[in-house]
Amino acid sequence: MKKTFLYEDHLSHGAKMVDFSGWSMPINYGSQIDEHHQVRNDVGIFDVSHMSIFKISGQNAEGYLRYIFSNDVKKISSKNKALYGLLLNENAGIIDDLIVYCLEGDFMIVSNCATKEKNEAWYQRHASEFDVSVEYIDNEGILAVQGPNSIKVIEKIFGGEASSLNTNECVKVDGVMIAKTGYTGEEGFEVICENKYLRKIWNSAIESGAKPIGLAARDTLRLEAGFCLYGSDMDESVNPHACGLTWTVDLNDEDREFIGKQAFLNINERDEQKMIGILLKDKGILRPGYEITHIDGKGTVLSGTFSPTLKKSIGLARVDRTVEQSGRVKIRNKELEIEFVSPRFLKKI
Amino acid sequence: MSEIPGDLKFLSSHEWARLEDDGTVTVGISDHAQDLLGDIVFIELPEVGKEVEAEGDAAIVESVKAASDVYTPISGEIIEVNSALEEQPETVNGSPYDDGWFFKVKPINVDEMSDLLSPEEYSEVCED
Repeated sequence: MKKTFLYEDHLSHGAKMVDFSGWSMPINYGSQIDEHHQVRNDVGIFDVSHMSIFKISGQNAEGYLRYIFSNDVKKISSKNKALYGLLLNENAGIIDDLIVYCLEGDFMIVSNCATKEKNEAWYQRHASEFDVSVEYIDNEGILAVQGPNSIKVIEKIFGGEASSLNTNECVKVDGVMIAKTGYTGEEGFEVICENKYLRKIWNSAIESGAKPIGLAARDTLRLEAGFCLYGSDMDESVNPHACGLTWTVDLNDEDREFIGKQAFLNINERDEQKMIGILLKDKGILRPGYEITHIDGKGTVLSGTFSPTLKKSIGLARVDRTVEQSGRVKIRNKELEIEFVSPRFLKKI
Repeated sequence: MSEIPGDLKFLSSHEWARLEDDGTVTVGISDHAQDLLGDIVFIELPEVGKEVEAEGDAAIVESVKAASDVYTPISGEIIEVNSALEEQPETVNGSPYDDGWFFKVKPINVDEMSDLLSPEEYSEVCED
């Protein structure tokens, strides 16, 4: 099994390690609920070095990314910024979701770990048309520092230039990239650098008040924020409309050709199922695969969990379009009432 | 992991049973089980009066991570449930062998207790 550079550090913090797509990763360091609250109320640090980093080089890197990515990287070119979007196939099915960073003119992609092989093949397949090279980076890691007090931690380690970044901005400080991005719905930063710097940053963050947070809390945090998880909430069989991700397909520049564009334009959004947030009114826990019914049709739970913040079960679901604001979910032998809400659960708090 | 109390008997599926002085049997899940599950957030208990059969499902425990059936180690009638767990399921994480008990059974045949694993045998199951 693959280990991140900080494997031993996780063990020394009491992590329970699990196999996550071939990587041995910390699932929790005790209680995932305590870790969740730590990020919502204070600050936590995650080792997410299992995620894939690719660097794109060549004169036409921008043209290449504008062609393979649903969002238009022209918006971030030469701007030191990050842009979220999708890799679409020719049918507008979702190959993966990812972030493209542009830092000091160089482009970098961070994407999921389970999709590494297929993404790499996809990148290479189209790289020659644009005369760019795409390189998988295996000597760098990623730390996420997330929570309302993440600014203090980042300021202490990297100074004010990094800590004062606005959302989706990034900067390089002493060879380390710091970006104001994250997957928790809290103010936070992601730090990408060569492995040799990771331990020092990890330890400095912990000395500054950050606590190690495992992947289990990362999942409840992202679900409360309404962020889709690739493989659970989306895959190649669905298009952006069915995932609440229509906004990641940038059609502003009519002259821009990109993979999946024609198929996407041929889809009528109103014919597609839609992604919604669901709240269970009764006790119980929503789980992936549970069937939903409502007055105009049916649907399926994609992600479901216990929300530590709301203290009830929440989920993401894909359902037939309806104006109804409630429905029913089948849990084992019972039909329970659910409320249909925006997936941005945090805004309800 | 905490010490397993010596008066308990186990199923390999991680439930414990304790024969009380009044002849009833108290049932819960092991410390190992709660550790595997992680933070427990929901418990569905059986109805009092329900007849259960040894190794049949009797309750459901859900952690943030997953849902699991809880099997009864002994056949009989459910005579009491720990309804405090409905409000505070996390009690099972903190006190699996005491405050975190699930239900009590009035056994049909108390000899079924001898079919269960001793703490030592159960510990070996956990190590595998």
